[in-house]
Amino acid sequence: MTLLRRIFGGLRALFHKADAEQELDEELRDYMQTAAAEKMKAGMSGEEAMRRVRMSMGSPEGVKEKVRGVGWETMAETLWQDIRFALRMLRKSPGFTAVAILTLALGIGANTALFSVVNGVLLNPLPYPQPDRLVVIYAKEQGVTRPSISYLNFLDWVRDNRSFSALAAYRGDLFLLTGIGDPESVPTERVSASLFPLLGVKPVAGRVFRPEEDQLGAGPVALISAGFWKRKFGSSPGAVGKTLTLDGKSYTIIGVIPASFSYQETGFHKSDVFVPIGQWDNPTFRDRRSGLAKDAIGRLKPGVSFAEAKAEMEGIAAHLAVMYPNANKNSSVTLVSLKEDIVGSTRPFLLVLLAAVGLVLLIACTNIANLLLARSTGRSREFAIRAALGAANGRLVRQLLTESVVLALIGGTLGVLLAATGTQAVLKSLPEALPRAEDVHLDAHVLLFALVVSILAGVLFGLAPALKSWRADIYETLKEGGRGTSGVRHRMQRILVAVEMAFAVVLLIGAGLMIRTLARLWSMNPGFDPHNVATFNVTVPTTADESPEAIREMLRRIHDAITTVPGVEYGSWIAGTLPMADTTAFPFWLEGQSRPTSETEMKLALSYSPDPELLKILKIPVERGRFLTAQDKRDTPPVIVIDEDFARLYFGKEDPIGKRVNFAILDISPEIVGIVGHAKQWGLDENGKSPVLAQFYLPLEQIPDRFMALTAQSYLRFLIRTQSSPDAVYSPIRYALENVNGKIVMYDAKSMDKIVSDSLAARRFAMMLLAAFAAVAVLLASIGIYGVITYLTQQRTHEIGIRLALGAQPRDVLRLVLGEGLTVALVGILVGLAAALGLTRLMSSLLFGVSASDPVTFLITTVVLLLVALIACYMPARRAMRVDPMIALRYE
Amino acid sequence: MTDSQSDLVQGTLDMLILKTLALEPMHGYGIAVRIEQISKGVFRVNPGSLFPAFRRLERSGLLKGEWRATENNRRAKYYSLTEPGRKQLKNETREWSRQTAAITRILEAS
Repeated sequence: MTLLRRIFGGLRALFHKADAEQELDEELRDYMQTAAAEKMKAGMSGEEAMRRVRMSMGSPEGVKEKVRGVGWETMAETLWQDIRFALRMLRKSPGFTAVAILTLALGIGANTALFSVVNGVLLNPLPYPQPDRLVVIYAKEQGVTRPSISYLNFLDWVRDNRSFSALAAYRGDLFLLTGIGDPESVPTERVSASLFPLLGVKPVAGRVFRPEEDQLGAGPVALISAGFWKRKFGSSPGAVGKTLTLDGKSYTIIGVIPASFSYQETGFHKSDVFVPIGQWDNPTFRDRRSGLAKDAIGRLKPGVSFAEAKAEMEGIAAHLAVMYPNANKNSSVTLVSLKEDIVGSTRPFLLVLLAAVGLVLLIACTNIANLLLARSTGRSREFAIRAALGAANGRLVRQLLTESVVLALIGGTLGVLLAATGTQAVLKSLPEALPRAEDVHLDAHVLLFALVVSILAGVLFGLAPALKSWRADIYETLKEGGRGTSGVRHRMQRILVAVEMAFAVVLLIGAGLMIRTLARLWSMNPGFDPHNVATFNVTVPTTADESPEAIREMLRRIHDAITTVPGVEYGSWIAGTLPMADTTAFPFWLEGQSRPTSETEMKLALSYSPDPELLKILKIPVERGRFLTAQDKRDTPPVIVIDEDFARLYFGKEDPIGKRVNFAILDISPEIVGIVGHAKQWGLDENGKSPVLAQFYLPLEQIPDRFMALTAQSYLRFLIRTQSSPDAVYSPIRYALENVNGKIVMYDAKSMDKIVSDSLAARRFAMMLLAAFAAVAVLLASIGIYGVITYLTQQRTHEIGIRLALGAQPRDVLRLVLGEGLTVALVGILVGLAAALGLTRLMSSLLFGVSASDPVTFLITTVVLLLVALIACYMPARRAMRVDPMIALRYE
Repeated sequence: MTDSQSDLVQGTLDMLILKTLALEPMHGYGIAVRIEQISKGVFRVNPGSLFPAFRRLERSGLLKGEWRATENNRRAKYYSLTEPGRKQLKNETREWSRQTAAITRILEAS
């Protein structure tokens, strides 16, 4: 009520300012006249009475000013005056204004863009109801990061837990779609019926799965994505109820999942079709020992804490380990909040970039502060005069801060425009691995951030000149005629330049460390030759009940069709594992050892099931024995080739050749016939800590019969080596495949070079941005030091003239100026080095093969910045050398 | 030159103005004189404090000002208490007595 009244009172006063002023005038005049009249009654003369009144009252203007100060409108008005004055001042020096606004626009724009990424990815909640109640559950086994979970275990979790209102499991597959247009392979997700209700997803047409449909033997039903609905059915509501033929089996479409649905979990793919996971009758899937369900997600019941759920689930897992020791001994579960699971790994690198871009803005502010300081020299007389006329210190400071904040807001507005266009460009260059990229927008939070950053920046760089005006001695300034040579300012400018250099050092070292990391990684030998090698998936048109021999025959035909395409030198199927792409591991124990009681106590090795040509495609070196050959057939004794890590880890100095390895699950005991080099499965930064190092190659032909259908359905890729770039052979291959069988679909073709380089994408992105920030930082810092040294040297023209007149050599002048500049630079560099020592440790998770305090990087940075400082100081120094003493002295 | 013989306790000027106006509407000079007289010259209120206080109280709706003819037929702005002003005065008076009583007790305790 009172607040409203105040606001309206203020507004009224603003609009009826003349009336209010006149009223106040009259009231005061009346007061004075009445007071004087009283005094005259007491016998004073009129004049004397008026004089007394004035004396006791002080200046009527002062009283009025106080009265005006009561409402908020006066503050607003002063602010408006200050802003108009600031704009006038900025217009008066367009050069300075342009440079400052551009610098700020870049600084604030870069910060806003990066913050919008951080905001979208890390800060915004996930797009589900109560997203903080969602928890991802995965299995935990020694030596494996995130093994897939066993569906039977999952069913027990569902039955036994009391913490979750719902649990859902899922697994991606590719189905061959026939009957609607050309055959194509559609990404499909097998999901629990509870998944969509749990994530709060409502179908746009039809309904989602019912729990009873998520059972063995239930009628086959499918949900389709909105994109698929549009593409195949023109978004017609009649699609619900129609039939989809997937892998030769008919599914009834029961509903459509909205386009807005996105579930960006590592194990979950953007799918066109969803089918109930509980209907899958594959025997391996129904084997407790195998993990064919990817992950599980759950929604915590109201009132159940994360810790309680974790404790309960670990208890259930421990119970299952006792119940089924063969499958579950030593295995447990890990619970992670969904958000942490999705964005946790990107947090360090986004935060490092945010810190870096913040430093760039600080440097920009420092530079502008310096420009303002230099400019304020010219204005010190203006301020002294205003102070002498009665402007309070606070008033002048406010004026100066208004100027800098206005500057910052203009720069910020431009920066937001830059960010709006720039963010999308940045996102395109972002690694595909960045989760939630589509959640990045310029929303209200980002705009608020930009506003706050702009105001802070304005206050920050406005503070130096404002404080200086506070301290300035008006009498001295007026006496000196406004040249103002107070030492305080010069010290401040030197400090600012040193600070700038220090920031630049930190950024340059950060960028340098990333560059060296990338260089290290690029020079790492991946253990295979990725050049001119490509890989793609092929949908093999088989059904689950097809005979293994028929499947093998189909694979052989496809293999032959591809390898006869001109340009293809060699081709090989590879099942199970592909370096830096898919992984499959099997537990084993060695011949002569006793069988561990449970599979979880066995060692794990990565399984590659190729054709013999793989050796020529990836050019993996054979170290001993032989690689797989065409003679290793289904009916010959099973053989494997192991890699050097397998030999080293499990055979030590013994000779593995001729020994047998017993594989659980596969239930075969092949003989080792050769040893090959190690292919870096986990990316170029693979090291001894990577999950599973041992590798073995089992001929594709010798995969046990009962795994053939599963292998053909979900674990196969094709690898080719080509004479030149692989891109040219994709369409001939596609054509050749169509000739074999119209239902064969080739998809997801990628060169091996790209797979290798994608494994570095996140780091490369961080490096590129850090390098760009560092370049801007060095540029700004060199401009800063150049500006300040030029300015300081100009101030000393008189002194230099005297020195030269007294016989100093130009060389001495050069040394004088350079010495001054380099001292400042060196102080800044030393401070920066010390700061970098502390700060780069924060980015150690991004580094590889380089320590966070890498002496080479630190040394190179120091040398580079010293050189930059030297060049920046050399120009003013040369000018100083050429000072004509006569002119310098006369000029003063 | 000071505002008053004795500095007013912070915030009490508003209360004194309200109290003065509780009897009858008055103009600015009248209020100043009345406060000085009743306080036997202890408080001498300067226009530099008085007029901002009027503006403040008017803005908060505790006072109402209107132009009227004075006894010697000049126009002056007369202030009078509004209903919220009366309430405010009552509250402030009660609070003031409570506080002064308490302070007195503390000062007299030995």
